[in-house]
Amino acid sequence: MKNLSTWIILGLTLTFLIGPFIIIIFAGASAGEALAFPPDGLSLKWYLKVFTIESFRESFLLSMFLAIFGTFVALLLGVPAAYALNRYDLPGDETIRMVVASPIIVPGIIVGLALLRYLVIPLDFTVTLALFMAHTALVLPYAVRVVSSSMNNLRADMEEAAVLLGCTRFQAFTKVVLPNIRGGVLAAFILGFVTSFNQVPVSLFLSGPGVKTLPIDMLAYMEITYDPSVAALSALLAFMSLAIVFIAERLLGFSRYV
Amino acid sequence: MSEKHVSLSNLTLSYGKTVAVPNLDLDIVEGELIALLGPSGCGKTTTMRAIAGLLTPTSGTIEIDGRDVTRVAANKRGIGLVFQSYALFPHLSAFENVAFGLRLQKMADAEVRTRTDAGIATVGLTGFEARKPAEMSGGQQQRLALARSLVMEPKVLLLDEPLSNLDARLRLEMRTELQRVQKETGVTMVFVTHDQSEALALADRIVLMKDGKIEQLGTPSQLYAEPNTAFAAEFMGFENIFRVEGASLVSETGQLPLGFTTQSALLAWRPSGVQVGHGPFHGRVLASSFAGGHREYVLDTSLGQIKADAPIETVEVAIGETVDFDLPLSSARPLAA
Repeated sequence: MKNLSTWIILGLTLTFLIGPFIIIIFAGASAGEALAFPPDGLSLKWYLKVFTIESFRESFLLSMFLAIFGTFVALLLGVPAAYALNRYDLPGDETIRMVVASPIIVPGIIVGLALLRYLVIPLDFTVTLALFMAHTALVLPYAVRVVSSSMNNLRADMEEAAVLLGCTRFQAFTKVVLPNIRGGVLAAFILGFVTSFNQVPVSLFLSGPGVKTLPIDMLAYMEITYDPSVAALSALLAFMSLAIVFIAERLLGFSRYV
Repeated sequence: MSEKHVSLSNLTLSYGKTVAVPNLDLDIVEGELIALLGPSGCGKTTTMRAIAGLLTPTSGTIEIDGRDVTRVAANKRGIGLVFQSYALFPHLSAFENVAFGLRLQKMADAEVRTRTDAGIATVGLTGFEARKPAEMSGGQQQRLALARSLVMEPKVLLLDEPLSNLDARLRLEMRTELQRVQKETGVTMVFVTHDQSEALALADRIVLMKDGKIEQLGTPSQLYAEPNTAFAAEFMGFENIFRVEGASLVSETGQLPLGFTTQSALLAWRPSGVQVGHGPFHGRVLASSFAGGHREYVLDTSLGQIKADAPIETVEVAIGETVDFDLPLSSARPLAA
């Protein structure tokens, strides 16, 4: 009996997780002109068309830029932050942890609105800069969280040993701490990249004329043109994410860190 | 070289507002193996960390070979420390762990290799160079940590509880190893331990610490035979300690008349110093256990419980029976109050 219910739950989970993915793949492979499932015959033309749409190319590059450099900057801030939170008994470190995690807790809509209202409009920040800051802030909690957990296993006396062998504190960090949290940093990077790349609500508020991230551009595209190219693009993006996670899992056992 | 190799004067060490070690004075002689002994919280580890430079003293000075190093950073002191957890670098091979400090000195590769090989050979780990620390046993890791410190040719080598993580057989092996390495290299070794048998077996001198102060300092045989305070006596196995009032021993539960007179405030006996089978006093046997060469009794007496070891040749007394015993002057250790 218990076995049966386990199978039912597993089946439902897979249906709801994988089902949409399958629908999208086939909807994008339609030979027809409108987005539909089941598809109107099969063809790869929409998958090919995706690459010819100029605005998708631009927004894809912007999203890549935000995901790569936003995550990079988040790690530049997040690794030292995680280190400080782990190593030192700071006054109010619980508060700091909460503040760092707040972009996850506060709904994206509100983060987006706040950034728009208080940075972009009054301070005249460019849309790209505001997007960059927003994506960095959104990724920061993941960077701190994931790097922290890999730092937890690293004993402080290892750094002291390095210092007694002649290292400065900074050398001890680069020669002993960093090599041992490399897996955590890479995991944080991948998680941050995927989070940033798929981010919708914050970007929705900050996207301006001519500057759109890929998900926002796809939304805009769908409002005007209801053809299967959006489904094709979604499927391609899903494959990209899958490939990244798969490679990460193979290379460093990604799932240990998340 | 000066007789005083490492000199701590008026050293006060604190964590925030908590003073862990107040006003410590200690001179360590070149080439000796000295033990900082005491229960946890006695300040022994704190003192060791201060010598290493990992903890800045609140006041006082630390001199090494006549040079004041109190404000010298830990990485410039030339002091080695073998951590209790070994603190090996898990991402590096055994060879690279040992070579780590040498490489920082921008030494030529050939010399790094020669010295690292020699260091690894000193601790008997030749053949294990390519292993990662995680692929080595506890004893091997400990020896690797020792080699890593030794290749730096430190002026002083500090060891934090060097034997506590090893099983009984390895402990004996490592003890011999440490003594051998110390003889071969002549390095001054300071080791921290809470285990008096370890300190007695290994050290040239023992610094017994309590509440951040030196309770007694001396050679193992001095400390073992002539502890000066109740704390030192208890640590050295004098398990029966009683107050003297007039011509009697007194405790909370009662008193016993002494057969002799003494000026001391306290008298202490090891269990082996208590005579079982004959004597002026009587006690009921509460517990009795066989311990190889002798039998350990716990006696209920008018002074409370007394621990007594009887030679195995003497007649066994059953639990619940009453036995005569004596607290003889010959085995009594007089203590200051």
